[in-house]
Formats: sequence, C-alpha cells, structure tokens
Amino acid sequence: MVSALKPYGDTWGDGQMQLSFTLPLPAGPKAQEAAKRLAGKMGLDNVQIVHTKDLNGFTFFILYGSCRHSIDPSELPELPEEEAALSFEEINALIEERVGRKIVVVGACTGTDAHTVGLDAIMNMKGYKGEYGLERYPMFETYNLGSQVPNEELLQKAVEVGADAVLVSQVVTQRDIHIKNLTELVELAEAEGLRPKLIMVVGGPRIDRVLAAELGFDAGFGPGTTARDVAGFLAREVARRMERGE
Amino acid sequence: MVVNELLKVDQSKVARARELAERIARDIQREVDQVTTVSIERTVARLFGIDGTNSEGVPLPNVVVDQVAAANQLHRGIAFWLANAVVALGKTPQEVAESCGEGLSLCDLEIQDPLRVKQVMDEYTDSALTAIRRQRQIREELKDKLGIGREPLKYVIVASGNIFEDVKQAQAAARYGADIIAVIRTTAQSLLDYVPYGTTTEGYGGTYATQANFRVMRQALDEVSVELGRYIQLVNYCSGLCMPEIAAMGALERLDMMLNDAMYGILFRDINMDRTFADQHSSRMLNAYAGIIINTGEDNYLTTADAYEQAHTVLASNFINEQLGLLAGLDHWQLGLGHAFEMDPKMPNGFLYEVAMAQTLRQVFPDSPLKYMPPTKYMTGDVFMGHVQNAMFNLASVLTGQSIHLLGMLTEAIHTPHLSDRILSLENAQYVMDNARDLGREIIFRPDGLIQRRSEEIVDKTLAFLEEIAALGLKGAIGAGYFAEIKRPPGGGKGREGVIRKGLDYVNPIMDALRRELGREN
Repeated sequence: MVSALKPYGDTWGDGQMQLSFTLPLPAGPKAQEAAKRLAGKMGLDNVQIVHTKDLNGFTFFILYGSCRHSIDPSELPELPEEEAALSFEEINALIEERVGRKIVVVGACTGTDAHTVGLDAIMNMKGYKGEYGLERYPMFETYNLGSQVPNEELLQKAVEVGADAVLVSQVVTQRDIHIKNLTELVELAEAEGLRPKLIMVVGGPRIDRVLAAELGFDAGFGPGTTARDVAGFLAREVARRMERGE
Repeated sequence: MVVNELLKVDQSKVARARELAERIARDIQREVDQVTTVSIERTVARLFGIDGTNSEGVPLPNVVVDQVAAANQLHRGIAFWLANAVVALGKTPQEVAESCGEGLSLCDLEIQDPLRVKQVMDEYTDSALTAIRRQRQIREELKDKLGIGREPLKYVIVASGNIFEDVKQAQAAARYGADIIAVIRTTAQSLLDYVPYGTTTEGYGGTYATQANFRVMRQALDEVSVELGRYIQLVNYCSGLCMPEIAAMGALERLDMMLNDAMYGILFRDINMDRTFADQHSSRMLNAYAGIIINTGEDNYLTTADAYEQAHTVLASNFINEQLGLLAGLDHWQLGLGHAFEMDPKMPNGFLYEVAMAQTLRQVFPDSPLKYMPPTKYMTGDVFMGHVQNAMFNLASVLTGQSIHLLGMLTEAIHTPHLSDRILSLENAQYVMDNARDLGREIIFRPDGLIQRRSEEIVDKTLAFLEEIAALGLKGAIGAGYFAEIKRPPGGGKGREGVIRKGLDYVNPIMDALRRELGREN
C-alpha cells in the first residue's frame, strides 16, 4: 500500500486542491498576498489564485495549490466497514426473522429547531429520493413528534410507547446550538437510566458518524441519507442487541 | 409585469375555481368576524402608542392585554379599557400601560362618559392611521424616484442573528444586485406569544423580529437605496402567534413585504386554526392599508409533499389565499402568491413540468406578483450541483415572468448563507436572466405538447380539489390532511386560549377604521 496519500488532481502525487474563501480585506495586492500566505500556512505550495472578486471591503478568492501534507493509510485506525445496504423487503424480512416484532421508533426535531424537512424525509410515508419513509415499513411502528420538541418530552414518549430507538433531527446548527442540545439529550437519557435500552440516532446536514459518536449517540446520519439507510441500521442493531441478550 | 400567453388556460375553469375559493373563504370569514385574539388586542395597544417593557422585561402591550384577559373583560376590547383609563386618569395610553406595570388595574377604574371614551379612541386611531399613511407615502415617493429594479426581483435572505451583521450583509447584497432583503427570524419566534423589544444581537438561524430591528434595517437599506439609485425592499415574517402585531410594526417602520399566509401557521407550526384565521385577517387589513405586498407560503407544501403529485394543492391554496386576502382589503398587486421549484432533479422532463406550473400560475394570476421559491428539498452538500439546480430555477423564472424571485443558495443544505454564497447566487441569477431575458416573448408551447397537457391536468385537478374542500369546509379539509400531507384537527394547536369571543359591547376602533378606509364594510 502507498505510504504517502495525497489529493489527486490529474497526476499521482500532485496534491492538487481547490479552495474558496472570503477575506475581510478590500480587493488589492494586500488581499492577494494575505490569501497566498494563508494558503501557505494551510499546507499548500505553488498557490495559484485563479479568481478574485471585490465584495465591497471583502475579497472572494478561488485558488489552487499543491498540498504538502500526506496521510499514511496504514496508520489509520480500524473503522467499521460499511455494511451492504439492504432493500425495503430485506429489511422487513430481517426484522421478522431476527426480531420477531415491530421496531418502535420515536422521532423529533428537538430544542428550538423548527425544521422538519429531514425528519419527515426519513419518517413520513412519502420518504425522500424515491425511498419510502419508515412509516411505510410494515415492521416499523413510528411516532413523528414534529418540531420544537423538548428533550424531556421525547424521552417521555419513548418510555410511554416502549421505543427501541429515538431519532433526533438537528438542522439549525448556528453557534453550535445542536451540540448543546444533543449533549443534553444524552445526559438526560443517562440520568433517567434509559441510555442502555435505547438506540439513539441523530441526523442533519452537519452530522456525521464521528460527531455522533463523540456526543454519545449510536449512529449519526448526514446529508443524502434515505430512510432505507436508517431502517437498515436499526434493523441490524436491534437484532444484534436482542441476540446478545441486551 | 408582462404576462406572455404561452399556454392556453381555460378561463371558465379559472372562474369556477375562484368562485369555489370565494365560498371557502367566506365560510371562514363568518367565523373570524365573531372573535378577537390576544394578539389582535395587543396590536390595538401598540397602535395606541404603547411600547417598551415593564421592570421584568414583559412587553407593555402584553401587560395591559393579559391584565384585562385575566379579569375576563377582553370581550369588550382593549381599546375600550385603555380609552376609559385615559379619560379617568388624564394620562396617555403609554403612561397608562406603564402604570399597569406598577399595579394599576384597568378594569377597576370607574366607567367614564361613553362620548369622551369614544373621542379618545378616535383620536388615537386617527394618529395611528396617519402614521401608517405617512410611511406608505414615503415608500411610494421613493419607489417613484428611485425605481425598484427589474422583475424577476432578486430576493435574498440575511440570517446572522445579529441585526448589525445583517445590515452589513444586506448592504453588500444590494450592491451586488439584490432588490429585496429578507431578515430571517430566529427559529422558534413564531411560537412566542409576544414580540421581543429592542435591537438584538443573538439569534439562532435568524434574527429576532423587533420593531427596533426593523427600523435599523430599513434605515440601512434607505442609505444603500439612495447610493444605488434603486429602492431596496425589506421583508419580514408576519406569521406565528403575533401576526397582527408584526403587521403593525412593519406598517410603522415601512417594511415593504411580509410573509403572511392564511394557513402556514396551522400546518407547519401547529397553531390553532381559529387563532390563525382571525390573526391573518387583522394582519392583512393592516398590510393592505400600509401598501405592503404579502408573500404566501404554498412553496412550503412541497417540502413535505411531492412537487409533481401535489402541484394542484399549491394552485388551490393560492386561490384560497387570494380570496382571504381580497376579503381583508388587499389588492391584487399586493398578493405575492407563493410556489416553488422543487421537483426531483432526476425526474425526466422535470424542467418542463416546472415551467408548466410556473406559467400556469402566471396566467391564472396575471395581476399578482408571484413569489417563486428555489430548490431546497433536493439540495445536497454537493455545492457544484446545487449551483446548476439554481441556474435551472433562474431560467424557469425568467422564462415564465415571475415577480419575486427568491435566490437559491448553493449551500442551501449546509448553512445559513455566507457572504460569498449570496454573491455567487446573485451572479448566477444575473447571468441567466440577462441571457434569456426575452425568451418568454419568443415562444408559445405546442397545443398538444407535454407542457400544455400538464397545465390542463393541474387546472383540472385543482378544480376537483376545490370542489372537495368547498364541500368539507376549509377547517375540515385541513383536518383531513388536504395540504402538505399534514393533518391538523380543528380545536387543536397552540395559542387556542388566546381566542376570545367578542361581546355585544366589543369595540376595535382600529380595525373598524381600516375596514372603512379599505371599503370592506359589509
């Protein structure tokens, strides 16, 4: 395996990267030099500013450069391989066979978040990108609590309906309000002794698995996720937990 | 605006749809006329000049209305209790409200001579309406002198949370060609049953709508309007639990447009129906009188429902919003009816169906400034693809002669727009619209073609849909999930406790005067 992995433009090892940003400086030689030096500090050589635009006191840049840094793939930690995606039918069949009952899911946009687009795409009948939502799966029982649900209320509902999993959608991420909100949910679940019994899943445009894991969630789903991705994960996870006798 | 007749639209079907929508709207209006709400009453208090907060930070309009509501006397109207106190104490309404914050009880004052009370009500009503008329006149003069840009008007949002940052971004956007600036509200403001006070620098996903923030932004846009020789219009959100209060604030601070939908709050914020229908009516009368253009929210339906399958629900709702708007005294030029470019980009001929919808709406509402919303549902983190999707949207808009064009951002699915996102988006729109400027004057669609047939299908489905709604009643239809695939039962929802049946002795001199001035007396 190669030991010095670099971005690939059109030649092995060229390290080519494209970058765009705005500096709060009026356009001119000073702004150009500032952008070049900044790119240098970011690890780019042979910086080429290909486009600048004066934005009245600000300057927008598009630039290319060759990345000095590299990654040794053999030093990467073990990361779980992506499991093969299951189809709608396979997911239902897996639940019938290995779980033997419906999987109960409660979903909400928590805190002050009023944006239900993501949650609805995953939970509602209609789904998203031609993939039916969880509500359409015969082996899922779903409760979509909608927007601006307090964390307490979400957990209360989860207990009330005996949920296997909670799905939290966070779209608004300004000033990292989602981090505060999600941390509070996990802490609350722990304080109530619910955490081991619940599969906790978070989704949103700024969410990925690493962030989700850091915050104490079992899974995180980012942009482009469809209900089938979430359904497949939940089916396998509930089955695994049952088989381990948890 | 120029409407090119690219399609054949069956005018007898359109007339029938309007008739049904009018019937649906009148049924709602009969109920609206029976009630008032805490927010309508707070609007009267505001227009009588009450502003500021008590020592605990509670806005004074809430202090006076809550006090009278707690005494079960709101069915007479806050105007009566305020005017009665003005006569009894020889103070202004503002001084009366301040005293209420310090223990004065309005309903314990002796009832004064009704003629004197009426005189006081008339006096404060006159001065409120005069202030609104003055702002309307200033706007008209500025628009005449500077012009407003060319349709489709380019509309961008600012949403930093800090009104002073918003100002910088709004001015930068205007200098790069934006015609309209909307200050997005902080998330969750729609469910506050009061309007925050003063300038604000903290918000989530947007900036608080306050009267002081309105003033700061309007002033900044006036500066840049003069600099550019183009009147830049300002938009905010006349929605949620404080619809009419925000309308009053906007009228006094010269906002130019307001998001102001008759059903949005019910469907997307789970606000009680009776509350929303009553509030939308009063807020629209104020917007009508202030010369403000409203924007309706049908585009939102397509974020939950499919744009191809549910196109007719958008058109049907446009008809209903139009009729409810006309009942509130809005003129056609003030009805920015909403729709959106939300079809799945993978759908073969999706662009043709988008054009069919946009052109149909253009011809059905020839005198209204249609508000066209960009793709959001199928925007991903792929900003390059997103930029292309927005270019297709820009083309559909200029081709079909849309009026209010909300610019799509390439980072739509990622964050509230960065400074450069807005500029890239303005350049995209500028390029496409200039390049295809007169395309709509050059073509007509084949009479047996896909676009014509799709248009007919939308109109036919809309008509059938309106027939069903007319039979069920609008409240029943919303309860059954007719719009956006969301069900909201009558009697449910937030803010229901703020709906009060009017007493026989109810007075609302502001709304009465508006009705008179708008020629809406029945």
